[in-house]
Amino acid sequence: MKLALVDYGIGNVMSVANALHRVGADTEVVRDGDALTALNPDCIVMPGVGAVGEALSLLRERGLDEALNRFVIDQSVSYLGICVGMQVMASVCEEFGEHRGLGWIPGKVTRLVPEGSPLRLPHVGWNTISVAGEADFLAGLDGEHFYFVHSYGVECPGEFVAARSEYGQPFIAAVQHGHMKGVQFHPEKSSRAGEALLRGFVESAALARV
Amino acid sequence: MLKRRLVPVLFLMDGWMVRSQDFSEHQFIGDPVGHVERMVDWDVDELIVLDIGKGEMSFEHHRQDYRNKPVRTLLEFIHRISVECRIPLTFGGRIRGVEDIRERIRNGADKVSINAMLGGAPDEVSRAAHIFGSQAIVASIDFRQTDAGAKVFMDHGKKMLDASPRDWARRAEDLGAGEILLNAIDRDGAARGYDLSVIQDVVDAVAIPVIACGGAGHQRHFLQCFEETGASAVAAGNIFHFTENAYPRAKKFLTRTRDDIRTFSMPRAA
Repeated sequence: MKLALVDYGIGNVMSVANALHRVGADTEVVRDGDALTALNPDCIVMPGVGAVGEALSLLRERGLDEALNRFVIDQSVSYLGICVGMQVMASVCEEFGEHRGLGWIPGKVTRLVPEGSPLRLPHVGWNTISVAGEADFLAGLDGEHFYFVHSYGVECPGEFVAARSEYGQPFIAAVQHGHMKGVQFHPEKSSRAGEALLRGFVESAALARV
Repeated sequence: MLKRRLVPVLFLMDGWMVRSQDFSEHQFIGDPVGHVERMVDWDVDELIVLDIGKGEMSFEHHRQDYRNKPVRTLLEFIHRISVECRIPLTFGGRIRGVEDIRERIRNGADKVSINAMLGGAPDEVSRAAHIFGSQAIVASIDFRQTDAGAKVFMDHGKKMLDASPRDWARRAEDLGAGEILLNAIDRDGAARGYDLSVIQDVVDAVAIPVIACGGAGHQRHFLQCFEETGASAVAAGNIFHFTENAYPRAKKFLTRTRDDIRTFSMPRAA
C-alpha cells in the first residue's frame, strides 16, 4: 500500500513517519501536488502544526490543495488529518483573519476558548476522548488519553463528530466524513493509544483499497 | 479533562548524561540513549532533554559497542532517540537562532527550549514562533533568590539580570513562546521542594502553561506543587535517575489523591 505523508513545510513530519513506521507502515513524503499525483497514493496522512491560515496558503502555493481534492474527493482515497491537517478540512478558518478551508466538512475553525477566559492557551497535554458515533478508526479508544497542542478547534454539525474532549467545555477531538478522518490531537505523540489509532487507520485504509 | 504532566528532565554535558546541582556541579551518570529508552518504556508524559555543556557537543568518545550504530553528534542523538520516542520530546541548550531550532525539529524534536535567545535575540524568538508555531517554543527561565527577591539569571546561572521571573515570563509570552519552563537554580539538586511562591507568581502573570522545575526530592513535592500552584506540569531530573522505578511510583502516588493525572490503560504492545 502506498501511504503519502504530506509535508507542506511546517512541522515535525518525521515524528509522524516514525510513528507510522512503528506500526508497520512505510511512508512516502510528498512536498507538492506533482509529487502527490506521481505517487498516486492509496491513503494520505497530513500532519500539521502552527497556524491554519499559513498552512492553507502553503498548500495552495505548492499545488497540494488541488491534488488533495482530486484524490480525496474525486477518488475517495482515505485521508487522516492531524491537528492543523484536520482543521484545513473545514470550510472556514478563523485564525489571524478569515481563510477559506478545503471545505470537505461544513464547519469552521475557531478559538478553543473565548478571549478573556481564565483557561490557558495553547491547550497542551494529555486529555481523554469520548468516542461519538461509529468511528471505525477510534474503535476501542473511548476514554483513552491523547496528547493535544492547539489553541483553535473545529466546530461542525454532530453527524461529522467522531470524538469529543473537554477543556472548560466540550470540543471536537476527532471528525469523520466517510473515508475522511481528522484528529485534533497528535497520535504520533500519544504513546500506545496513538499507535493503536494509526494502526487502525492504516488497516481500514488497506481494506478500503480492495 | 486535561491532565497535569509529570516530566523527567535529562541533562547532557559533552554527550554524557549528568546529575546537576546548583547549575555548577555535575556528576556524570552515563549513556543518555539508554536512559531515554528507559523513560520511553516507562511511558512518561513528556521528556525534556537539556544540553548544558558549553563546548562543541561531541559524542565521539562514546563506546562503539552499541547494538545500534554509535551516535556521534547532537543531531544524530536527537534523531536516534526520536525514532523510538512515542511521547513529546523537547530539546534545549545551545540554541541561538531559527536555524538551530530548524535543525533540531527536523531531526525529531517536537519542541525546543530556548533561554539565551530571550535576552540576546528576541526578534528571532518571534520569528521562530511564527515559523514553527508557538506550541514548539518553550521559554526556559532560570532564576535564583537574591536579597532583592527572585531574579532571572542567564548564561547557566552566572549572569544576573535586573528582571523578575514574572516580568521575564510575560516578555517570553509576548515574544510568542507557547510554554514556560521555570527553573529554580538554588533548588537544583537540593531536594527541598519547589519554590511555590515564584511558580504561582509566574502562573498568575501569563496565560500560557507553566512547567515548574527544580527542587523535587520526594514524590510529595510533586503533589505539593500541584496542590499549591497552578503549574500545568512539574519537571524533575535527579529523582528519576537515582531512585528505582521513581517515575511509575510517583504516578501511582499522585493518582491516589488526584484525578488530574494521566494513568496508563492501553496494554503494552507485544
